[in-house]
Amino acid sequence: MTVTSNSKLFRFLSSIVEYISDLVSECGYIVLFLIKSVKAVFQSPYRYQEILKHIEFIGVQSLLIIALTSAFTGMAMSFQIFLGFQLVNATNLVGPTVGLGIMRELGPVLTGLIVAARAGGAMAARLGTMRVTEQIDALEVMGIDPIQYLVGPRVLAALISMPLLCGFFDFVAMSGSYMLCVHALGLDEGIFFDKIQLWLNPRDINEGLIKAAVFGLVFGAVCTYKGYNTIGGAKGVGESTNKGVVNSMVLIIAINFVMTNIIRFVSTLMGGAN
Amino acid sequence: MNAVELKDIRKSFDGGNEFILKGLNLKIPKGSLTVIIGYSGTGKSVMLKHILGLIKPTSGQVNVFGQDLWQMTNKDIMKLRTNIGVLFQHAALFDDQNVIENVTFPLIEHLKGKKHKEYIEIASKKLIISGIEEKHFLKLPSELSGGMRKRVALARALALDPEILIYDEPTTGLDPILTEMVDDLILETHMREEGRVTSIIVSHDLMAAFRIGQYIVMLDKGKVLHSGKPEDFLKSDIALVKKFVEKGTKKKYGL
Repeated sequence: MTVTSNSKLFRFLSSIVEYISDLVSECGYIVLFLIKSVKAVFQSPYRYQEILKHIEFIGVQSLLIIALTSAFTGMAMSFQIFLGFQLVNATNLVGPTVGLGIMRELGPVLTGLIVAARAGGAMAARLGTMRVTEQIDALEVMGIDPIQYLVGPRVLAALISMPLLCGFFDFVAMSGSYMLCVHALGLDEGIFFDKIQLWLNPRDINEGLIKAAVFGLVFGAVCTYKGYNTIGGAKGVGESTNKGVVNSMVLIIAINFVMTNIIRFVSTLMGGAN
Repeated sequence: MNAVELKDIRKSFDGGNEFILKGLNLKIPKGSLTVIIGYSGTGKSVMLKHILGLIKPTSGQVNVFGQDLWQMTNKDIMKLRTNIGVLFQHAALFDDQNVIENVTFPLIEHLKGKKHKEYIEIASKKLIISGIEEKHFLKLPSELSGGMRKRVALARALALDPEILIYDEPTTGLDPILTEMVDDLILETHMREEGRVTSIIVSHDLMAAFRIGQYIVMLDKGKVLHSGKPEDFLKSDIALVKKFVEKGTKKKYGL
């Protein structure tokens, strides 16, 4: 029994190690792919219309889902913090605490995860289908660079859309927090806003927006890379979509941790407050 | 003059242990209709990708219209490809574009400075000569039959008036009637622009090769096993060629 459990545990651990090593070794290829696609976007012929089309898909079409998740996230977080802070009689600080959490961490991370799942998955599936049905080959033999036509505009659109969506997430989440704290839990409206103004800096908002832009690049590059390099038929498309979304999510969470530490470190070096 | 010339092409995908193409030499004369046949896995598709410049040979030279592809810049290769039309095995139409958009797409990309109406006019002409009626112009590829998709793909391949037309297994998966229809279409297209257009067809279909081919090239194990006119093919003493001919065409046509 113990031997079986040990071998199961060993297999489980080795599968995690294998997944991480695969992801790390693939990161090099993804970075090269990203550089190539970004470079291609700024070469003639410029694909403004394609970029706008993908901004509409990644950005505008994500607004509803972002609005719903951010409103409930803001309210749930406010309620939990309110309950905790009530014990130490510090409910006045609910607003800024929620604000800091949302703007620095939850806003960019949740926006990244939601958009990676919705738009990233769709991008990987679309490119994967185009690959297995020879549509990408058709573009290439027509003398059209598929990286420039298909990949570059998607990556750039993700980069542009993500900070905008993150800003929207922050706004709706804080609106949710305001509605709950002021109109349901009875916090004073003036104190709620005053404390937010006192404790939150524009720097906190910028931090979230920068993170969101990086996450846009991450899921844009990972999902397009996976889709573009799909092999096999329908099964291959399913696999590349799955891997594109899962890898993007893991990378977003891992990169968020690294970026948080780097920003805190730089902020300390520059003499700013944490 | 040769439209395409492959000189001693060797290609390995695993760094030199196993070669798919093993010193392939091939000359395709300008204006000819050449059918390339061979069993699966003999390197036909890999050879085609070499002609299109999609794959770099491990060694050897690929000349298209006398120019060494791999001495050209990437931009020049892209430009050269506009002079090559390809009909893919499964048509490879863009599934988010309707019929007319599929055909205007290469025109808009490469023929700059025209009005949208002019693109539509050119595309309509190409579609009509490929046998697509106007009532189908606004349909999506998913709404078309297999044969019609091939016709639209042919119109798209013809859009830029290329001098080389490549057909990659054009009749695979089609029923005998559609197969004959596509073969006729290939022949008609070639005859319409005889002398200007070089047609290269990769096929498994021996009967079609004998019916429409001016030259037949048979590949085996990454090399050209036999090449020549259909009548030379019938006289060949090579065992594998004989087997092919006996099994494929002799009985059918009573030759």
